[in-house]
Amino acid sequence: MQNNKSKIYRITFLAVCATVALVLSYMETLLPPLVASVPGIKLGLPNIVIVFVLYRFGIRDAAAVSFIRLIAVVLLFGNIMMFAYSLAGAILSLVCMAVLKRIDILSMIGVSVAGAVSHNIGQVLVAMALLETAEIGYYMIALAISGTVSGIFVGIAGAYLTKKLLTKNINNC
Amino acid sequence: MNKQTEKAPIVSNGGRKIKNDIIFIIFLLLIVWCVGLIYALSRADGDTVIVTVNGEITGEYALSDDLTINIESGEGQYNVLVIKDGFAGVEKASCPDGICVAHKPISKDSESIVCLPNKVVVTVKKSEFNDSPDIIA
Repeated sequence: MQNNKSKIYRITFLAVCATVALVLSYMETLLPPLVASVPGIKLGLPNIVIVFVLYRFGIRDAAAVSFIRLIAVVLLFGNIMMFAYSLAGAILSLVCMAVLKRIDILSMIGVSVAGAVSHNIGQVLVAMALLETAEIGYYMIALAISGTVSGIFVGIAGAYLTKKLLTKNINNC
Repeated sequence: MNKQTEKAPIVSNGGRKIKNDIIFIIFLLLIVWCVGLIYALSRADGDTVIVTVNGEITGEYALSDDLTINIESGEGQYNVLVIKDGFAGVEKASCPDGICVAHKPISKDSESIVCLPNKVVVTVKKSEFNDSPDIIA
């Protein structure tokens, strides 16, 4: 009985996480571009949720939340090209974060920075392959720097979220 | 299934990890910087400066000449392009943001300075036809 209850709790909680990530993605599209000359620089707000789920529930659930968010975002606001970019970014980012979390030498901030940077690198690599040009390699440098900066803040936010939500009484799932 | 909750690391109890984070981030930025440096150095020098206003080419100048060109983009708007010592830069402009003026002078192939308010683009190109395969544009 208890087991069943906590299972439901877990599923509901993860569903809420996916929704929050989706809303954060939408909010991000409403913000003006941070650096006008380089499109694609984003805060990576949904990554707060992904990092939190990764630490709270593990890689499987983080991957599930990430892909549900991705599919929902693409269906609602995106196109198929965006799906290819984002999928590559999401997979690379999840793998990097899971490995670094397992090695356990970095805090959430470092893990989130690695996630953000690898997300951008994955996207640019796919763009390079699809557009068959190496010119946008330049782009990767700008995105890596922006990923580092946003990753730091995402990591801090994720760490606070994990800390706060752990002290609340949701530990029974 | 339900008992797999591991102890989640929290920022406040991981001073050592924060130190590792900082090392990691510095290391990462160093790699990015190196890649950027290699990229910038491997870029071929351009030799022609192409000026477009509103998408139309209005002038082509040799990068080797020392020139000062007043690019007029209508309605009294202007950008002053200065070519000196193999570098092309915008020295003065009527646009409000001044991004083009702040941009450092360019000299490498396919580098460009863009002035969005005046719709002016200054691009450096490599004009001679050599063995580089992608001269489509």
